[in-house]
Order: sequence, then C-alpha cells, then structure tokens
Amino acid sequence: MFKIAKAKWPELWQALAREGQLYLPALVDGKTDFAPWQKDTKVDLLTAVTAKSLKQLFFAQVEPLMHFQTSGKKVAVTPQELPAQPTIAFGVRACDLAGFTILDKVFLKEPVDTFYRARRENCTLIGLACGFPEETCFCQTFNIDAASPAGDIQTWLVWDNLYWESRTGKGQQLTAKLAALLTEATAEDAKLVQAQQTKIRETLSKLPLGRLRFSPELAKHEQEVFNSKVWEKLSATCLSCCGCTYVCPTCHCYDVRDYAGKDGAVERFRCWDSCMNGDFTKMAHGNPRKGQLERFRQRYMHKLVYFPEDYEGTFACVGCGRCLRICPVNLNIVKVAKELEVDLHV
Amino acid sequence: MCNCQDTLIPQIGVVTDVCRETADVKTYRVEKPGGGKLFEHLPGQCALLSVPGMGEAIFSITSSPTNKNYLEFSIKRCGSITTYLDDELEVGQEIAVRGPYGNHFPVEDKLRGKDVLFIAGGIGLAPMRSVINYMLDKRDQFGSIDIVYGARSREDFVRYQELTEIWPKQPKTKVHLTIDKPQEGWTGNVGFVPAFLKALQFTPDKTVLLCGPPIMIKLCLAALIEMGFKKNQVYTTLELKMKCGIGKCGRCNIGKKYVCKDGPVFTCDELDEMPDEY
Repeated sequence: MFKIAKAKWPELWQALAREGQLYLPALVDGKTDFAPWQKDTKVDLLTAVTAKSLKQLFFAQVEPLMHFQTSGKKVAVTPQELPAQPTIAFGVRACDLAGFTILDKVFLKEPVDTFYRARRENCTLIGLACGFPEETCFCQTFNIDAASPAGDIQTWLVWDNLYWESRTGKGQQLTAKLAALLTEATAEDAKLVQAQQTKIRETLSKLPLGRLRFSPELAKHEQEVFNSKVWEKLSATCLSCCGCTYVCPTCHCYDVRDYAGKDGAVERFRCWDSCMNGDFTKMAHGNPRKGQLERFRQRYMHKLVYFPEDYEGTFACVGCGRCLRICPVNLNIVKVAKELEVDLHV
Repeated sequence: MCNCQDTLIPQIGVVTDVCRETADVKTYRVEKPGGGKLFEHLPGQCALLSVPGMGEAIFSITSSPTNKNYLEFSIKRCGSITTYLDDELEVGQEIAVRGPYGNHFPVEDKLRGKDVLFIAGGIGLAPMRSVINYMLDKRDQFGSIDIVYGARSREDFVRYQELTEIWPKQPKTKVHLTIDKPQEGWTGNVGFVPAFLKALQFTPDKTVLLCGPPIMIKLCLAALIEMGFKKNQVYTTLELKMKCGIGKCGRCNIGKKYVCKDGPVFTCDELDEMPDEY
C-alpha cells in the first residue's frame, strides 16, 4: 500500500491526466458529479453519491454508430471508429463499480457491444472507499463492500492522506508511473485504513436501510409478481419522468436514431432511453405496454425478477440510492420490492 | 480500414425486384450490389431493414433459405418506415440490411418427417412462406403439408399465384383458402380461419405453424385445443418493437425472454409460461 498527502493531490491529478483523460467527482453548479479534470476543477472526495453514476463513461449517453451517405439510389455506410482514448476514472464508489459488472453481463455477452467494450478496456478505474455514506445508501444489501471498492486500484481517504493499493495488472502499471508521488505506507498506516474499513461497515449497517434484504423468492414467482395487485397502487403516482432510469447505474435501455443532415448525409447514433417512456414499445399496429402500470411494472420486474432469472439471482440494483433521492413522487426500488414481498408473502 | 465491426453496422443491399402483392403489401427482393445473397438464414429468422434518415425496422425473411441468390421481404404498409418503403422503394435502390436475427422454426430436427399444418392470416403468410418453400424444396424430409390461409378478400392474398398454381401441385400438399366476406366470383370458403379449421377436421397428429394477428392466433389456438391438439405441437412467431436485434436495447422482452434473440419462434406452451404482455 502507498500513501499520498493532501498537499500533493493536485500533482497526482496532473500526473493521472497525463496518462489519459481523467474523470473525477467535482463540484459543478452546486452539485457533485463526475467531470473531466482541469486545473481549476473543484474536486470533491467527500460526497459519497454523485448526481449521476459513471455509466456514461462506457455506455455513452449519445454514441455515434455510423455515417450514411445517400445519393440518388446509392447508399454508403461508414462505421464510426471505436473510441481509443485512454481514460482514468478516480473516486469511483463501490456501488458504481458493481454497476459496471452488471452492465458487463449485458454488453459484453455475445454478440459483444464493441463500443462499450472499447471504452471499458481503455479505462483504468480507481475506487474510493465511502468514508461518509448517505442515508439512502444500501449497497450492503447486495454484499457490495463500500470499504473495499473493486476496480483496478482502491483508495481510502483518512484525514489528510489518500491510501492507495493496486488490485489488477492495469492498476499496477498505472501505480508504477506515479512512483515519484507515492510513498510506501507503514504498518501504522495500514491500521488506520483497517480502522476506517471497520467504521464504514459499521456505519452502513446502522443506516435506515442498513439491514435491508431483497427476497430472492421474487425471481421464482414471475407470474405472481406480474399479476400482483400492488402495481396499480404503486404506479398510480409515477410521472414517467424517467429520472430514475437516467441516474441508475444499471439501466441500459437504448434507442437507435437517425439524424438526417444536409446533402444526403445521415448520422445514426445510439442514445439512452427508458422503458418508462410511453412510446418505448409502441409499434405501428399497437403497444403491448399501453399504460403507466405496464411500463412501471416492466422497469421494476426487470431489476427484481427478469435479470435475476437470467443471471443466477443477481438483482439489477447496486443500492446506490439515487432513485430514492431523485424521484419527485417518492417512488423507488426499495418501496416496490417491499410491497411485492408483503403481497406475495415471501 | 475502420476498426469497428459492431453488429449494429448494416450491410448495403440493392432492391432487384418489387412485386405488388395486394393494395398494401409488396414483396421486395434484395441482393448484394454485385449480385448474390447478403447472408444465409434459416426459416423464421428476421432482418432489420433501414432507410437512412428514417431508421430501422424488423421484418421476417419471406424467401426460403434454399434460394441461394437473394432475400425477399413481404411488407405491409402500416407505419412510417413501411409507408416509405411502399411509396418509394423501387428497383435499383440501395438499402441497409443487417441480420439474420433470432431463432427459427426447427426444420432441421423437430419438424423432420412430421405432417405439418400451416395456419396464416393476412401478412402472417410472410414468415410461413420461408418454411413452406424450404419444405417443398426438401420434400422427402417432411410428411404431408396443409396450408390454411385466410385474408380479408380475394385481393388480399399475398402470392396468389403461388398459392393457387404452384403449391397445390406439389406432392402431398394442399392449400385451403378462406376470405372474410362473400365476394363475387369467389368459389372457395368464406369465414374466419378458426371456424374454417374446425370445418376442415384436421386430426391432431400434425405439427402446427401458426402466424397472424394476435387475435387470430388466440382464437385459432382455442380451436386447435378443442380439436385435440396440444400447445407444444403449435409453433408461432411473434413481432414486437425492436431496435438492436441482439437482446440489449430492452424493447422486445416478454418477461425474461427477448423476442429478437430467444424468439421470434415460440411454441404455444412456452408462451403460456410468459407474462401476458404481447
């Protein structure tokens, strides 16, 4: 393990930025979110939950896919070059890192999404333990350890020191390049980190959702969950604003759209979409999910039932709590799961 | 050379024939610009056709895999893309195509040697035609073939000539046509497909391939059950909104199944296990 004192962090950001485009949590317009680092960036390592997850780093909000040139009856297609720029994400929390393993199951499964894979492989992830979890955090529900974040490198912030440990070959390579800035941690330092880990785990278990568990039985009762009477009540207040989808680290629905420019030029791009949108499944001859109830049910059943059915019980939720914070009408996955468990007696 | 080989990138094909089938259905033949088939497929699989600037839509491939030179798509004018195709697509026009997607009718194993009953309504013949011509080209691998096909009127049959002059002349092959309402000059059956099925008194030892509008599928299935057929004997093919075609964009799922990759072909007992949302 290494350490680096607060006074030297600006040098650390600079050194990291030399190795690739650096993203880190920063104060932007009064809220903390991941931003590309620049010299005057106000880095914020204390806020545990950024406004959005970092999924846009790999699953871009808008990803150009190809360019068409049409001329008379002729059509030519030029695929978009895959992104090649190395990126480094610093300060990624355990929940968001776990979110990537869920997105991996979807995008890296055959046939592989090559845009996602290129962005994923180009990136070195540096995790940061959650010294100050939010009241809405419940990552421990999914056995995610906020005190020991996954990623290529894991770090801990204890008082004015950042402690640094590589976990993968990629992490070691990057660490080697920073040798001049990092000093070897002592046995005393290791104790400080251990003490922080214990404290983090303890804090999380005492949070309002500290003892929360989702029942694996939900995934075993697809039809009963689908036909549950709770959907009507739960979905009644949903405004279908899709805020929950966009901040969610595991939501991955997308749309493919064309933008017709001038002189027969057409750009085809992929962009985030939400199964909560009214026209998501609308076809010329009808819509299988006609109302808010059907669309609301789809989103939560995907996370609590369909995804676990497909991936050995893994819920498509990492407990970041963003949906609890953003929903204007107080709906969230915890409320939905609990109502279902009560209704189904599981 | 671009480094991107993503499955979302289509190939370019050229339309080499356009056949007006009915007032709102045309069949388009598509080949590589230099000639030859864009890709191989199996009966029941689909492809995404795109009109650059308007977007993509999924269609079943109506030509048989035994045809080595081209792909055909029978498409009904219905939404924005199909209306554009109907109005604008002509011979010589290039179009973007990717596929094949999805599973297929089990012509290589479970359907071998079976007596097969095809039931189609309207444009539902499109995916069936791929299987029918495949079976007729490999006639000795399959038992008897019965084709029950219903349309609104005489003018709404897709591929009328093939239905009346080619298929009925094949060995052990019968075509049974019905139209919704009486029409001058029509000597065949009049009435909806489910009732026609019962009147034809098929024995429940056949394997059934069923495709048509959702209401027709539901009513035909009820009629078949009444006639003694079991749900696992009945295959159908579904269509839902699709964008990616590879089970990632999240649009076409019914429960945990994605119609684009786990379907579009399902047996009716498989459908029973899925939530009722299609």
